[in-house]
Amino acid sequence: MTPDLECADLVKRFGETTAVDNVSFSVPPGSFFSILGPSGCGKTTIMRMIAGFLDPTSGDIRIKGKSVLDTPPNKRPVNMVFQHLALFPMMTIAENIGYGLRRQKMPKDQIARKVDEALERIGLPGIGGRKVDELSGGQKQRVAIARCMVLEPDVLLLDEPLGALDLKLREHMKVELKALQAAFDTTFVYITHDQSEALVMSDQIAVMNAGRFEQVGTGQDLYYRPDTPFVAGFIGESNRWKGRIDRVEGEALQMRTDSGLAMRATAASPLAAGDTAEIFVRPESIRLAASAEALSGFDNQLQGKVTSILFNGAASRVLVQDDAGETLEVTLPQSGEFATLKRGDAVHIGWGAAQATCFKGAA
Amino acid sequence: MRAHTRIGFILLLTPLVLWLGLLIIIPHIDMFLISIRERISFGVYETSLAQYEKALTEPLYLRTFWRTAVMSVLATAITLVIAFPVSYYIAKMAKGRLQQVLFMLCLIPFYVSELVRTFGWMILLRETGLVSNLLQWAGLADQPVEMLYNDAAMMVGLVYTSMLFMVVPLVTTLESLDDSVIEAGYDLGGSGLSVLREIIIPHAMPGIVSGCIVVFMLSLGNYLTPTMLGGKDSLWFTEMIYNQFIVRSNWELGAAFGFMLLVLSSVIVWGMLRLTGRTLQETMG
Amino acid sequence: MSRTILLTTTLIAGLATTASADTLRLLTWGGYAPDEVIELFEQKTGHTVEVTKSNNEEMIAKLRATGGGGFDLVQPSQDRVMGPQMEFGIYKPIDMSKIDESLFIPSMLTATMANTTVNGDVYGVPHVWGTSGLVLNTAEAGDTVKDYTDLCDPAVAGKVTYRLKRPTLIGFAFAMGEDPFAAYGDEEKYKEIMGKVETKLTECKANVKTYWGGGDELMNLVRSGEVTASMAWDTGGWKLNDDNADITFVAPASGALGWIDTFVLPAKGQADDVAYEWINFVMQPEIAAMITAAAGNFTASAGADEYVEDGLKAKYQNSFPQEAIDNIKWYPPVPAGLEAIEGEVLDRVQAAN
Repeated sequence: MTPDLECADLVKRFGETTAVDNVSFSVPPGSFFSILGPSGCGKTTIMRMIAGFLDPTSGDIRIKGKSVLDTPPNKRPVNMVFQHLALFPMMTIAENIGYGLRRQKMPKDQIARKVDEALERIGLPGIGGRKVDELSGGQKQRVAIARCMVLEPDVLLLDEPLGALDLKLREHMKVELKALQAAFDTTFVYITHDQSEALVMSDQIAVMNAGRFEQVGTGQDLYYRPDTPFVAGFIGESNRWKGRIDRVEGEALQMRTDSGLAMRATAASPLAAGDTAEIFVRPESIRLAASAEALSGFDNQLQGKVTSILFNGAASRVLVQDDAGETLEVTLPQSGEFATLKRGDAVHIGWGAAQATCFKGAA
Repeated sequence: MRAHTRIGFILLLTPLVLWLGLLIIIPHIDMFLISIRERISFGVYETSLAQYEKALTEPLYLRTFWRTAVMSVLATAITLVIAFPVSYYIAKMAKGRLQQVLFMLCLIPFYVSELVRTFGWMILLRETGLVSNLLQWAGLADQPVEMLYNDAAMMVGLVYTSMLFMVVPLVTTLESLDDSVIEAGYDLGGSGLSVLREIIIPHAMPGIVSGCIVVFMLSLGNYLTPTMLGGKDSLWFTEMIYNQFIVRSNWELGAAFGFMLLVLSSVIVWGMLRLTGRTLQETMG
Repeated sequence: MSRTILLTTTLIAGLATTASADTLRLLTWGGYAPDEVIELFEQKTGHTVEVTKSNNEEMIAKLRATGGGGFDLVQPSQDRVMGPQMEFGIYKPIDMSKIDESLFIPSMLTATMANTTVNGDVYGVPHVWGTSGLVLNTAEAGDTVKDYTDLCDPAVAGKVTYRLKRPTLIGFAFAMGEDPFAAYGDEEKYKEIMGKVETKLTECKANVKTYWGGGDELMNLVRSGEVTASMAWDTGGWKLNDDNADITFVAPASGALGWIDTFVLPAKGQADDVAYEWINFVMQPEIAAMITAAAGNFTASAGADEYVEDGLKAKYQNSFPQEAIDNIKWYPPVPAGLEAIEGEVLDRVQAAN
């Protein structure tokens, strides 16, 4: 099947700086594709090139197999939901949604019908006559999507559209966006710096850093099997140690940390003894115990003192300072076992080598 | 405490009330009273509407009145058409320093007085002036060309004088238009023209209306430019008012003219607001 | 509270001092009060002189607006004294005992006093006099333009300028063989004359490059060669003569129009004594000659001619042979109502296409 959107060797330079460096990817029809990266990584540049507001320095953009490089933005079968939505404040909701249809010279009655349908679909029937500023943030969001969707684009681009919403609404809209995507059955390309947005909604996520794609994969891939230290560090939380490899047995290895601890981990890429390396361990992979015996099954074991309890409901953490003086973040189990844990308590912690990913460190 | 706030309020309001009262309201009442009297003989006056009757029945006065109104509207329209792309460029396309420099360039002509500016145009446009010489030198004209003393020269002067007052409100409103709204217009299939018509102009409407009101008032009330650049056919209503007051010593008719001008400008401003469906409050506030 | 009163009193006192008898607020024409003359006067008397430059219409409008206040001495033309005084009462009578009559050319003093007498009181004494006529580039227009109406000759089409003011109406009327001054008392007759002048000026409009407004504008037009024939004051022509020998003032065949600018006391003047001092000071022959040098026009000061620079005298004699002097038409006082007739004519001419 032809992918809905395909970018091949896309490069964009602004003078000396390379904003997008040889990026290639393809998005299959009907999928939700996210580009996740810190601000300034080039993701917005990619999106603006797809929309047609920027011309790539080199490379190709194909939509449904056809290159759109020579197509101006108003003729491309892609539409964009802007960061601040960019609803037209001088028009009513119905006029906003009907704007693109009017440009297509669709008869008035047909436009009216389509607009009503779209409003129905986004669950806001009957608000067509209202002004933009009479709507709540979430409603505007849905109108912005409807405004694009009535045009039945091949690809819908979304540029951090949830950024302006408050937290609660953002959580809600994540679910809703996913549902809308399913309802419209259109390919969504979504850019964000918020990993949780990307993880929750996407079929595929591309993690972008400094103009390049670090890794493309599903949320699980990125979270559990990061290819690069950047991805490991960017997605989710991690405890990190830097050090030098002692010995390697296939994928299993042992590293001596800079603070002198011996740690067992799994190599994400081929490593040899003597290499500098970095180990990433997620807080939820670390087991907390009152005694060393309870942790006998783990490859790595430490003991230390609780320095702080970060209560955050289900995502509560404790900070544990080990004997070497390093502080680790450990997920606090909600089983009640540690309900009485307090600052200064001595605890034992342990984790398996399989949960510790080791990357080759920077030389 | 309450007494204090009241005193503060009164103190703050006093200059405004004084200004309005002494410089605007009282003179206008006086003007109105002058306009409704008629000279019978030396120092003897009677209340009558003779002045207005004269102003409205004498074809010359009416013609000048309408000519001034139409020309002012035209000057406003031309100013808008020229200022809009300039403002759009300053607000949306020029960035950083360039933006400031361009804005300053619009301001520079106002560093000198209107009289000097008008003289500048006279030096450029006169028969022995710069433009005429340039045309002859370039071989485009074989004899001196007189570009002064006609309606076109007057229009150039009026537009030039009013430019800044159109550019400033336009730049301000256009700057407040989010770039992404324009991009959204294109993205959803709009052409340059339809984006301009449906998005940019409606957004800039408050700026357009307030700019037009100011420019219209300035043109209508301009005295120097029409008389100096317009030459023998200039005939501007303010000139008539000046003539009646100063040259003819006919304050009664002059005052009636003044009131007609006041009514005219009020009506046209009202019409402009009405046409664009705006209130004065929205436009000025 | 008492401090406020004190402050107010001080302020009022301050205002009063600035307007006190030590300062002469003079409303006059450009050139009539040269800096050197003011300096001499201030040195001699210790008074200060504040000069505001203006023209006939504005002088009267200013005085009318204040009921004759704001100035201590004004200098309208003699024809603008009687009418405005009757109409608005903006002047006060002159105490002739405080004027040194011996300083004046007797015939001019008598004529001006007669022309500015209202209800037996004299309101004006003469100061500077001059004429308006034709300023021509004699090389180009000298053969064509002999009188005002010749300005409408096709030979000078597009190279003509004049003012759209009452002197033009009067000048054209004389050139067309009428006597508008004789018709001053007869409104119907005057209207008829003005009607003819209007027709002529309307026809003539195509010949005119532009109607000049200020002296500088006229000078520029003639000096640049854009205009070869104009109706203007004698001094303008003489000044231009310095730059270009071809340009000079020519008395028209029907006669130059003579005007006399006067000294008049405004009704609310506060420094009459200083005003009399000033009048007697500037009418001294040496001082009057300085004013002639600055303004370009001769004064009513007896014996000042001796002190006038020869160049100016030569130009004057060139422009005014004896018969031209005899032919000067002196403006009589303008009766009320005439200006309204003239105004309408001027408006219609301006509006005509």
